[in-house]
Order: sequence, then C-alpha cells, then structure tokens
Amino acid sequence: MNEVSRDVVLRRHMEGPIVSPIVHICCRGLAPFIQITGLYVFFHGHYSPGGGFQGGVLMAASIILLRMSLGLADSQRVMPNRLPIPLAALGALIYAGTGLAAMVWGGSYLDYSYLPLPLLDPAMLRNVGILMIELGVTICVMSTLISIYDNLLGS
Amino acid sequence: MKAIQITVLVAFAALLMVAVVHLPPKGDPNSPANRAENVLNRPVAGAYYIQNAYLDAKTPNMVTVILADYRGFDTLGETVVVFAGGVACLYLLRRRTA
Repeated sequence: MNEVSRDVVLRRHMEGPIVSPIVHICCRGLAPFIQITGLYVFFHGHYSPGGGFQGGVLMAASIILLRMSLGLADSQRVMPNRLPIPLAALGALIYAGTGLAAMVWGGSYLDYSYLPLPLLDPAMLRNVGILMIELGVTICVMSTLISIYDNLLGS
Repeated sequence: MKAIQITVLVAFAALLMVAVVHLPPKGDPNSPANRAENVLNRPVAGAYYIQNAYLDAKTPNMVTVILADYRGFDTLGETVVVFAGGVACLYLLRRRTA
C-alpha cells in the first residue's frame, strides 16, 4: 500500500464510519459476545486455560471492532478516547497495590495470604489475590491495546 | 552461495530430526524433566508446584498459580512492560492538535 492510499484509508477511519448497515449490525451484534467470552476467559482462568492477558486481549478486540466499524466518533460512548491510558495505569496500580496491601498487613510483597479480608483461610486468600491481580492485568492489557489503536488513528 | 545455504539448512534439519527422535516419550516419569530430584539428588521446584499448587491456593489450574502466585513478581513486571509500551506508543504516535 503506498503512502497516498494509506493516508486516504486513515482519513476515512478518522472522519467517518464505514457506511454499510450490514457491517454495523454484524459488528454491533458481535461485540457483546466477544466481551462475554473475554469475561469468561478472565474469570475462568482459575479452572481452565486463560487469565488476565487473554481476557484483556478479547475485551480489547471487541472495542477495536466497534472502533473499526462505527468509526472513532460514534464509538466514543463505548470507550471514550481519553480513558485508556489512565485505565492502563489503574490496572498496573491494582496489581502493585495488591502486593503492597499484603506487605502492609505483615507479609512479604505479593504474598496474598496476608491480604486483609476476613473469614477466609490463607489458601482462599491466595485464590482471591490471584483473581485481583488478574483483574489488574486484564484492565491494563485491554486499555493499552485500545490506546495503541487510537493513537495509530492519530487521535 | 545458495548451495551453502541449502547445505546448512539441511544439516540443521537433520540435527533437529535426530534430537526429536531421541526425546523421551511424553509423560515418562523417569525423564529428567519429570523427576522430582535433579542429578545431584536435590528437590526440583516443578515437583513442589505439582504437589502443592492446589493445597496452597485452592486453584485447580496449576499454570495460573505459578504465573500469578509463585512467580507473581515476574507477572508484575510483564504488566508494567505492557503499560510502558502503551505509554511509549502514546508519545510516538499521538498527533498534536493545537
């Protein structure tokens, strides 16, 4: 693809959506199912292959699909333009914060069995700790990928 | 030049074939990768993980326990790398309006 046609494609992505009701309906119908699959992969990481990275990639794929089909302007309500980078920082902070919380309550860094949650034995605490850091990883991966796509469009 | 390339490639393919043929069978408990002790009769980390992953974290998926619990600091680094990549792309690709 030469420079001119690449610019044309980019400008069309930036200025308006793909004008086709078939593409719109298909992508808007597909996106929620991809999101559900992403959440399943994230929450089911304790029991089957999956986890934070894979679930985050699926969540990002659904939103990038909407970005590509509806255009940047119309998909703002799903995920505003300014949100991804702060969200990615939040995800990394959730991860590091879980480790710090365990440290503050008497354990070593990232030793989840010291997390301050009542009524759980140490093994269950580690289970919950794994879920919390996977949540951080999911948020970070998802918003980083969305942010890279948005930046490629030059917004 | 092309003849040298092809010779080297074929030689490496033959080497890989020989290595694959001599791999121990899958699931062999006596292969070095699956033994609970190494050649110096010291316990190996992998055996500990297999025996204790479920007891330690009540999580059936051993890979998740190793990734997020035993090797949690490593995964923290991976997450920070992903975040740093995103920030680098932000500064490289963003178009300045104003």
